[in-house]
Order: sequence, then structure tokens, then C-alpha cells
Amino acid sequence: MKCHHCDSQATVHLTQIINGQMHKMDLCESCAQEKGVTNPDNLSIGNLLDDQPKIDSSTASMTCESCGTTHQDFKKGGRLGCEACYHVFRPVLEPLLDGMHAGINHLGKIPSRSLKKKSLVESEETLRQALHKAVEEENYEKAAELRDHLKKLQSQNSPTT
Amino acid sequence: MFHDLFFSKSKTKVPKPCPIALSTRVRLARNLREFPFPGRAQSGQKKAVLSKCMKALGKVKNLKACTSVELDELSELDRQILVEKHLISLELSQSDESGGVVLSDDRSCSVMVNEEDHLRIQVLANGLDFKKVWKLADTLDSGIESNLDYAFDSQLGFLTACPTNLGTGMRASVMMHLPGLVLSKNMDKVINAVNHLGIAVRGLFGEGSDASGSIFQISNQQTLGESESAILERLQDTLENIVHQEKMAREKLMEDDGVRLVDKMSRAMGALKNCYLIQSAEAMDHLSLIRLAADFGFLPEKFRALADRMFIEVQPGHVQLSAGKPIEPSERDHLRAEILRKEFIRMPQLNLDAQVD
Repeated sequence: MKCHHCDSQATVHLTQIINGQMHKMDLCESCAQEKGVTNPDNLSIGNLLDDQPKIDSSTASMTCESCGTTHQDFKKGGRLGCEACYHVFRPVLEPLLDGMHAGINHLGKIPSRSLKKKSLVESEETLRQALHKAVEEENYEKAAELRDHLKKLQSQNSPTT
Repeated sequence: MFHDLFFSKSKTKVPKPCPIALSTRVRLARNLREFPFPGRAQSGQKKAVLSKCMKALGKVKNLKACTSVELDELSELDRQILVEKHLISLELSQSDESGGVVLSDDRSCSVMVNEEDHLRIQVLANGLDFKKVWKLADTLDSGIESNLDYAFDSQLGFLTACPTNLGTGMRASVMMHLPGLVLSKNMDKVINAVNHLGIAVRGLFGEGSDASGSIFQISNQQTLGESESAILERLQDTLENIVHQEKMAREKLMEDDGVRLVDKMSRAMGALKNCYLIQSAEAMDHLSLIRLAADFGFLPEKFRALADRMFIEVQPGHVQLSAGKPIEPSERDHLRAEILRKEFIRMPQLNLDAQVD
């Protein structure tokens, strides 16, 4: 059996139950030492997975431009700084959420304003595409109609309303 | 000067306390779009969030006749008392700036501003009643949302500062009195079993608090990947199971060594009637046994309600408040003992013939 982190022979076999699900991991002696497996109190497969080199190299420099939160901040404090962080850190977040929650898709309440907004944004996009097509087809009468529609929608959808 | 803040202004009768499940709470975490979460926000942004939220909360129907306070206006003692009454969190009480809270008149709803998240909506009720509490929290949330834009993602749900609250943003918890499981040394087993079901067990004051008085706060750990009703249903099943286990443990204790259990209750009564110095943890352990005696029918029902009230009133902030001036911890233990003696002096002997099922 090979080590999870390098290709050496695995001699340490870990089994942990997180949220009722069994997670197994095999490590070689030196990787086990390095990851602190010798101290069971500090050990969590979640942390080991999080430390995978392939994730680290691409995320070490991750910073949210909107609020300044870095990947390091998040790892240390466990908190994100703003709405935009959820886009920036999504690659590191998703595996974490999987172990933390019952699933990674929201199945609960949807705020009504967001629902309206979402459909407004969607219909705005549809109109924009139709307008583009009408211009391409040189159907200027239809294009003018669509443009007026779009303007009306955009004014409804602006944050001041 | 804010002491009227602590008490319910509603004239409705206080509901009868329930034997095992003391109270139910649902808390929703919400954030505003276009503002960093409180932990990352600059002073000016936090101020803007506070005034935006307070304005929006003032328009919500269920919160109209309410009290709203900015934390800056409160003394340290006022804050401590609100924490002991579970009306605000420890985290909000320690906030350095732009924290706020809105309390409904009957003190069953509270909305905290600029805690870990911009908004923490909380609804409390006596006994085990998720249906009622969720309905109220949901209505309150929708009312607030009609005046504010929430940070929401169609895949991840309500966006929160800590990913452990993501999705529904809902933490539902029940305060349970479990002396049977503690005395029979089965509590660890219960904690382990429910942890595997994604359910957390904490002490009376939440994270990090101990289990004085055999009171535990039991709540859902997971907030994403299930609907609110699915989470509540699962929690309800687990809690009913715990209530059943607790009842069995009590029966078994009484059957196996009833004299020892009665001795414990009776000594607790003795201590509460006769103490001159007592710390809050010891007081809570005695109060727990008084509550248990009332559950068995050995004491009149009113002593269960008294024990519940005293669980809060023996907390350090409350004792300090009744002193009316700053006092040393040793003086506090003396005053606490005096308060307890006064309340329990007329408690009758245990009536062992009156046992109920």
C-alpha cells in the first residue's frame, strides 16, 4: 500500500469517523511524523487533506481583492471576510464544506428579494441576447423595442430601488 | 438605567416550565450585501451597517413595539446580565464598537447587529416547540429581508462569516435538564452518539461553558445541504430520544438506589436553606436537584419554576445587580447565599408519597 502523500510504503493506517462517515488514510513513517500523526489530539484527516501540496501551491497566494482576506487568514481564523471571499476561496472551501455539512447545495429558504433579483438578471440577459440578434439581423424596429424594454428592466434592477 | 431592558414588558402569563426540555431557540445568521462581514469591516462600515439595520428593523411589524439599544450605551454589568439572560451572545457583549440589539417586548425575539455576522435573529420559547419558534423566526426574517438586501448565493445559500453557518444560517437548540443521565454517568455516551448524528452538546452558556446544574444546550451542527424543516425534524427525533433516555435513567436511579437519590435531593434543599457562602456552580447543582425533586412530584410544581428563575439569578452579573454596587467575588458568594436562603426558606420537606410518573 502506498503513502497518500508520497510513493513510499505506507505503514501508518488512519481511520477517522467524521459526521458518521468513515475516512481512511494510509501514510509512510516520515509523512506521518511530519503531519503530527504521533499526537492523536492534534490529528484530523480533514487537516491532512487540507495540506495536500497540490492545493497549497495554487492557493497560497489567494487573496480576496474585495476585503483583503488571505488564504492564510482563513486557515488561521476559520472565517471569511465578505461575500466575494466565497468566490475567491471556493476551490479550498468546497472540500471543507463536504466534510462539515450534510451536502454542499443549499436546500433551505430563499430570500424573496434575491429570487426577484435573480429572475430580473436572467431576463436582462435574455433581452440583451435578443437585442444583439436583432441588430445582427438588421431588424432595427425590433431592436428599438428591445432596447426600451431593457432600459426599463435595468432601472428596476438598479440597487437604488 | 437600562434595567427595564432586562425584563419582559408583556402582561401574558408566564408559561408552565416543562420537566426536561427547558426552552427552545432558533437563531438565523444573515449578512448584508455590499458590506464586509463585521470581523473584516472598517469602523465606518460597521457604523453604516448598524444604522442601516436599525432603520430596517424599526420597520418590521413584529418588532415595532420593541427596545433597541446600541452596545456603547451599556455598562459592562448591563452587558453581562443580557448574556446571562441569553438575550445577547458573549461575543456581542465584548464587541468594541457599533454593536446593537433589538428586543421584542416579551423578550422572546432578539436581533443582534454586528456580531460575528451583520444580523443574528433569535427567537426563544419555553419547552420543546420547534414549530412555533421556527415559524416566528421565519416571519421575522422575511420581514427584515423586505427592507434589506441579504448576501445570498443560489448554491451556498445565506453567506456567513464562518462557513459552519452557511446555507440556512440556522442554529436550532434546546436547553435540556438531564440530571438522570449525569448521575447515572451515561451523559458521555449520549454526547458521543449524538455527535455522530451531526448534533452538538454544550453547557448552559454555549461554546466552552461547563455543564453545571446538568443543563445542556443541544443543537444542530450542520446548516447546509438540508432544508430548515429537515434539520428541525432530525433534531426533534434526537431530542425525543434523549428525553426518553433521561426518563429511563431517572426511573432506574430511583429503582436501584432510591434512598441515595432522595438523600441527594434532601441535602440540596438543606444547603439552599442554610448556606452562607456559595459559588454559582455549586448553587446550580443544588437547584438541579430541586428541579428533579419537583419532576418526581416530591415538591410542589412552583419549585420547578423557582429553580428555573434562580438558575439565572445566581449568575455573577445578576448577584452583582442585586447588590446595587460593585462587590468582590467573596462578597458575591455571601450575597448569593442570602438570596437563595430567602427564596427557599419556606420550602417544605420532600413529600415522598406523592411520586408521579
